[in-house]
Amino acid sequence: MSVMAAVFAAGVAPVAAQDHDTLTIGTIQFPSTLNPGIDPMAAKSYVLGMAMRPFTVYDAAWKPVCLLCTDLPSIANGLANPVDIAPGKKGIDITYAIRPDASWADGSPVNTSDVMFTYEVGRNPKSGLGSAEMYRRITSIDVKSDKIFTMHFDKLTFDYASIDDFVLLPAHIERPAFADPAQYRVQTRYATDPTNAGLYNGPYRVSAVTRGSQITLVPNTYWNGSPPPFKRIVVKAIENTAALEANLLSGAIDMVAGEMGFSLDEALGFVKRHGDQFQIIYKPGLTFEHIDLNLDQPLLADRHIREALMLGIDRDAISRSLFEGKQPVADSFVSPLDAGYTEDIPHYHSDPDRAGQLLETAGWHVGPDGIRLNDAGQRLSFELMTTAGNHTRELLEQVLQSQWRRIGVDIRIKNQPARVLFGDTMPHRQFDMAMYAYISAPENVPRSIFYSNEIPNAGNGFSGQNDTDYKNPEMDAVIDKLEVELDGDKRKALWAAAQKLYATDLPSLPLFFRTDTYILPKWLSGVKPTGNQYPTTLWITDWKVQQP
Amino acid sequence: MIRYTAIRLLEIAALLLLLSFAIYALIGLMPGDPIDLMRSADPHMSAADVARLKAAQGLDQPLVSRYADWARRALAGDLGYSRLFATPVWAALLPRLVNSLLLMGLSFVLALALALGLGTVAARLPRSRTDAAINLLCFASVSMPTFWLALVLILLFAVGLGWLPAGGTGDSGDLADRARHLVLPVATLMLASIGGYTRYVRGAMREALSQDHIRTARAKGASETRVILHHALRGAMIPVTTILALSFGGLVSGALVTETMFAYPGMGKLIFDAVMGNDYNLALAALMLASVTAMLANLVADLAYGWLDPRISYQ
Repeated sequence: MSVMAAVFAAGVAPVAAQDHDTLTIGTIQFPSTLNPGIDPMAAKSYVLGMAMRPFTVYDAAWKPVCLLCTDLPSIANGLANPVDIAPGKKGIDITYAIRPDASWADGSPVNTSDVMFTYEVGRNPKSGLGSAEMYRRITSIDVKSDKIFTMHFDKLTFDYASIDDFVLLPAHIERPAFADPAQYRVQTRYATDPTNAGLYNGPYRVSAVTRGSQITLVPNTYWNGSPPPFKRIVVKAIENTAALEANLLSGAIDMVAGEMGFSLDEALGFVKRHGDQFQIIYKPGLTFEHIDLNLDQPLLADRHIREALMLGIDRDAISRSLFEGKQPVADSFVSPLDAGYTEDIPHYHSDPDRAGQLLETAGWHVGPDGIRLNDAGQRLSFELMTTAGNHTRELLEQVLQSQWRRIGVDIRIKNQPARVLFGDTMPHRQFDMAMYAYISAPENVPRSIFYSNEIPNAGNGFSGQNDTDYKNPEMDAVIDKLEVELDGDKRKALWAAAQKLYATDLPSLPLFFRTDTYILPKWLSGVKPTGNQYPTTLWITDWKVQQP
Repeated sequence: MIRYTAIRLLEIAALLLLLSFAIYALIGLMPGDPIDLMRSADPHMSAADVARLKAAQGLDQPLVSRYADWARRALAGDLGYSRLFATPVWAALLPRLVNSLLLMGLSFVLALALALGLGTVAARLPRSRTDAAINLLCFASVSMPTFWLALVLILLFAVGLGWLPAGGTGDSGDLADRARHLVLPVATLMLASIGGYTRYVRGAMREALSQDHIRTARAKGASETRVILHHALRGAMIPVTTILALSFGGLVSGALVTETMFAYPGMGKLIFDAVMGNDYNLALAALMLASVTAMLANLVADLAYGWLDPRISYQ
């Protein structure tokens, strides 16, 4: 469809949007709910970035900063105090102060009653909130005043000051909806009355919702921070990217969100045709594209074969030819932008000869049709899966298939819808190789993906995320230490150790760190992509209409 | 006829019951559920979270007991809650249904009106240049992929000329704006369906025009207009009615491709998202609504045969 768009749109000039009081943003996803705790979705984070203030986030420099609190707590400034909670076990007490001018958009002040209500909802197992990890870690909260409270955590971790999952719910609006906690998902005012001003405390509030189609935001009149730059913001969901492009060119939307817009190859095509009429920002981030290998599979349990597969592909050439070099090659699961990144790990540049030698050593010899066979006559053949309909990954699969064929490895492509791949195939390890991406966070400890007790099995209801069946006691030990190491230098060494183990063991084949493309009107300035999971909209008040 | 209608209604009720279970089972038997998808997107979600959320949404229960629970509530008028839209099912369904009825209804009526005219003209002038031109239009209509046609219309009228919006539904309070947003999707659906309808009308009219009673009517001196409208068209409507009845289900099941291309929130996209997102309550309600509409339309068509052709009786 993008090709069709390219053919027909060639030479067509976009209709310029004239009204800069309204900013219309195109995305490809619509949030299922606006409740900050239910159903984590990129689309919801994007909209709530304008309408809600989390206590803490990571900024564009990947440093934790306060948005709703006044000072980021640290042991040095005395707002965080490690405590002994049991022999050999440390916890931490952290005191936060809510910004004195923070207000819900109906004029009610944001205060500690909201903190206690949010804690009550988060802790209740019936409330339907997604990840409850943070609420499990908080043993209690002491209220010091209307604006000051202390959280008691049962574990001292290096990222103790970040409570980004603790997004406040307005007690004065939401409490009636929580009367029956089991019905909270259904009764939350974010679902039943999403335009209620009291639900939002950011620079904007939601003023209209057309479900599945668009959300309109207007300034929060009780906002005391920098003034919101637009009188109206419309976020339109247009799932088909050819239609998204047409809307952009026709002026029906002003910009395409990098977080949920074109894939990089689609964006590169668009830029070739119409790039001179827009402002383009490419931002590599921490979304880690890779191929999980099923280590349960006897052939893939052989590290020589895994290394040969790694050496058999030319990721630099792929990045150049498919992504114009704008998508950085990944050598491990840690992004080069992350504080924990190290260069000092094995790098796998394309080397088909060495790959062939490794396979020969492992007993795989080239057969009559070019595919390797072992002495028992077994073909060196694997199934490669990805999420069906993902154009970029499907393209990548074909390139990888041809590159692996050069070293005598047969690849059979067998794609599945995301719900089947992630819901059934991968947790039950009914795959050989699966290409997808982790959406991570700065210094995100890889416990859920590499720790041995996170392997999905019948005992845990197939709900761990270590789908490759990777087991390495050294990695387990590094992860355990990593979480609790407060010293930055020592932690960096542990991060290096984890990356070395990964790059040596190769439980998955690292491919790229995904690059998001922001297509903005030339009159808009101040949009600063973070590259991490926090959307640009959190800093909407920095966006400005550039005067000609 | 009353007895016939009553029996058919009973058959429809029984069929709907079976269909509801079949749809529920088919969605339920698809691997994966919403919580599994959530797990893959959230690295912090633990096994305990997954178990808790599955229990909270009843996904840990056997399929049959989940269906029985749904059927009990549905019979009492409670269609449940849509997980994807975070609203009661009817609240998610109703605006989409209105949008689809508008879109599909308009395109259906326009396509039918044009097809009746074009099909009749083509049937009256077989193997003429006019017939050839109409046939060419029909084959173009049948052969054009909907997404391609939609894209061409968007690029021409929204991007190039800037006359019409590229998508969405517009401001619901402004009728003129609403109408402007409907032009391109309605045109797409109309152009995509007009070819098939015209071919049916042409075939049926040619058959009708070759009947003895038409020759007799002409011999008796009836005007050509009367022959066509009063004698031929009525007879030709029997096979056309069957096709129209079959198309009627589409009024509420929507048009997935067109809705996607024009970012138009209709039933087609809603059903697709509900099935793919394992939103049982919403998918069931929407699919059952489409099924019951199609079945009732067929019943109406069967009853209309008797009116169109008095030789047909209901035994």
